[in-house]
Amino acid sequence: MRHEQGAAHAADGYARATGKVGVCMATSGPGATNLVTGIANAHMDSIPMVAITGQVGTALLGKDSFQEADITGITMPITKNNYLIKAAEDIPYIMKEAFYLARTGRPGPIVVDVPKDLQFKKINFKYPDSISLASFKPNFKGHPKQITAAAKLIAASERPLIYAGGGVISSEASKELLQFAEKCNIPVTTTLMGKGAFPETHELAMHMLGMHGTAYANFAVQECDLLIAIGARFDDRVTGHLARFAPHAKIIHIDIDPAEIGKNVGVDVPIVGDVKSVLTALIEKVGPKEKHPAWVAKLEEWKAKYPLGYKDTGELKPQYVIEQIYRITKGGAIICTEVGQHQMWSAQFYKYDKPRHWISSGGLGTMGFGLPAAIGAQMGRPDAVVFDIAGDGSIQMNIQELTTAVNNKLPIKIAVLNNCYLGMVRQWQELLHGKRYSHTDLCNNPDFVKIAEAYGAVGIRATTKEEAIKAIEESLKIKDRPVLMDFRVAKEENVFPFVPAGQAINEMIID
Amino acid sequence: MEHKHTITVIVHDKPGVLSRVAGLFSRRGFNIESLAVGTSETPGLSRMTIVAKGDDEALEQIMKQLYKLIDVLRVYDMPTDTAVEREIVLAKVHANANTRAEINQIVEIFRANIVNVGEDSMIIEMTGESSKVEGILKLLEKFGIQELVRTGKIAMLRS
Ligand SMILES: Cc1ncc(C[n+]2csc(CCOP(=O)(O)OP(=O)(O)O)c2C)c(N)n1
Ligand SMILES: [Mg+2]
Repeated sequence: MRHEQGAAHAADGYARATGKVGVCMATSGPGATNLVTGIANAHMDSIPMVAITGQVGTALLGKDSFQEADITGITMPITKNNYLIKAAEDIPYIMKEAFYLARTGRPGPIVVDVPKDLQFKKINFKYPDSISLASFKPNFKGHPKQITAAAKLIAASERPLIYAGGGVISSEASKELLQFAEKCNIPVTTTLMGKGAFPETHELAMHMLGMHGTAYANFAVQECDLLIAIGARFDDRVTGHLARFAPHAKIIHIDIDPAEIGKNVGVDVPIVGDVKSVLTALIEKVGPKEKHPAWVAKLEEWKAKYPLGYKDTGELKPQYVIEQIYRITKGGAIICTEVGQHQMWSAQFYKYDKPRHWISSGGLGTMGFGLPAAIGAQMGRPDAVVFDIAGDGSIQMNIQELTTAVNNKLPIKIAVLNNCYLGMVRQWQELLHGKRYSHTDLCNNPDFVKIAEAYGAVGIRATTKEEAIKAIEESLKIKDRPVLMDFRVAKEENVFPFVPAGQAINEMIID
Repeated sequence: MEHKHTITVIVHDKPGVLSRVAGLFSRRGFNIESLAVGTSETPGLSRMTIVAKGDDEALEQIMKQLYKLIDVLRVYDMPTDTAVEREIVLAKVHANANTRAEINQIVEIFRANIVNVGEDSMIIEMTGESSKVEGILKLLEKFGIQELVRTGKIAMLRS
């Protein structure tokens, strides 16, 4: 990688695409601090990752030595745990513990800081067979009493709704979620992190909820009488005005992390446990397919009345580009994104039927994530078609990693939805601040096609619908290097629906 | 509801564990009123007693977050009615020939100790529950407290 931030995001992207622990390494001081954004990003989205950093020699520690940075101190609030190694003999078991912690229970990033002199020591290598920590015993099996209580609420509900998050994906529980939803005929809405946990082309799919969720998902949340939260954490981007969220609903909350339960909303039936294990037990307990004909019909009606859409004005629209990527890749690509409007359109207009095909920075919302994450995803899934759907602002935050992709012959497809703006910020300035645009204009963007070519990648520009389709088709034929497509899209397109921050989620601007 | 809570945290005695615990409180907007740390009955484990004031729900959240720290073994909120609570205070009080007798009397009533006497001051040591400690300090105030040290509260469940 060309920048340590890129390395951290690549490890993260690798972990999201494969389910395995991602690893990145950096030198001490500035190298370690450059990882920080990537570590925080993985922490917010509960991604298993081990970051190994160099440190000054033990004799120089604590003396403001050259390239010394207290990386364990710095990353304390953004890691699941971290270690400053003090003796070379500790390296084997700390490494084993680091990987164990990264992937066990609620996943997360671990930092291991290794002083230079210890890196050069010879030791008797003793690797522990297994790790058991008295102070780390996540609860995997849900409490049977709670599961029975949940089953009762489900049986009594007339308007149930499943709200599934990233925990379903990290628990590899998509199959169980599908079985559960189908057995009880319960519609499913997912968070940004939960995309792909439930097939979006399924008739029970209500798609994404929250700030840029579908109108029908948000209406469903506000009308349901039972909300079953599965591996989700009631983030403010999901709930909008908290006190007015799901006002008629009893709430079942399934999560492996007890600290998530009751954090933001009161819960009627909490179940602490691994989603896969809890769902397996719950499926046994729920009766034969409960039909909720009136409720399902109402949702169908909302779905028909408020579909996701955009105005076709003849210009090249960003949503159109994503629809075409979906059509041409037959929905099978791994879609990584940067952060902004293009990210939300990628969430709305590409349909994800499988987990680990949607790779996006949710909790931290890190511009610059997508390109290195795509590199990590492609390394982990060499046969997959991997896209980075990018904004013209975001792509410039880690564009140096084009070199890494070229050097490793990675055929990733970078689709820049070039609107000459920091579009998401411009949208807020337009709709919430009387169109007083400030520092969002990117009219001095560089020529992205030339940049791609300078790095040894392929650059293609598309300004019309026809050119867009041709560019996407062309990009799929290139197998030995990255392709950057510069889509010149309508500049002042907005993402709808839009729940302005702090409003109840049914108070959307729909278009 | 805002309440004062006494929280006991059993931790692995490892470098950095104090800043992990303290950092959690400050990050989540809690002011620590007092914090006492020392070894426990088990070698390798330390016991922290933390007094913090805050919203009950927010405090529950902090306790859950504390549990998530890998070096934390146990966390509990000490109920005031079933715990023995103590704090030690050293107070250097201004004292002269005219006031010594009165100070002596106060010390006796509170079963405190005079541990050092100087030309124009004396050091009083006081052990007790917070309310008792507050009581004696209030009475000593008028003589002029030159220096004050408090250990912070420690607590143990009654048998
Ligand atoms: C590192 C970072 N800095 C700032 C922001 C705030 N921010 C969110 S979206 C956005 C604009 C993104 O612009 P662009 O990449 O062009 O995407 P668009 O919204 O135009 O699709 C900004 C600045 C952020 N999320 N991340
Ligand atoms: Mg843009």
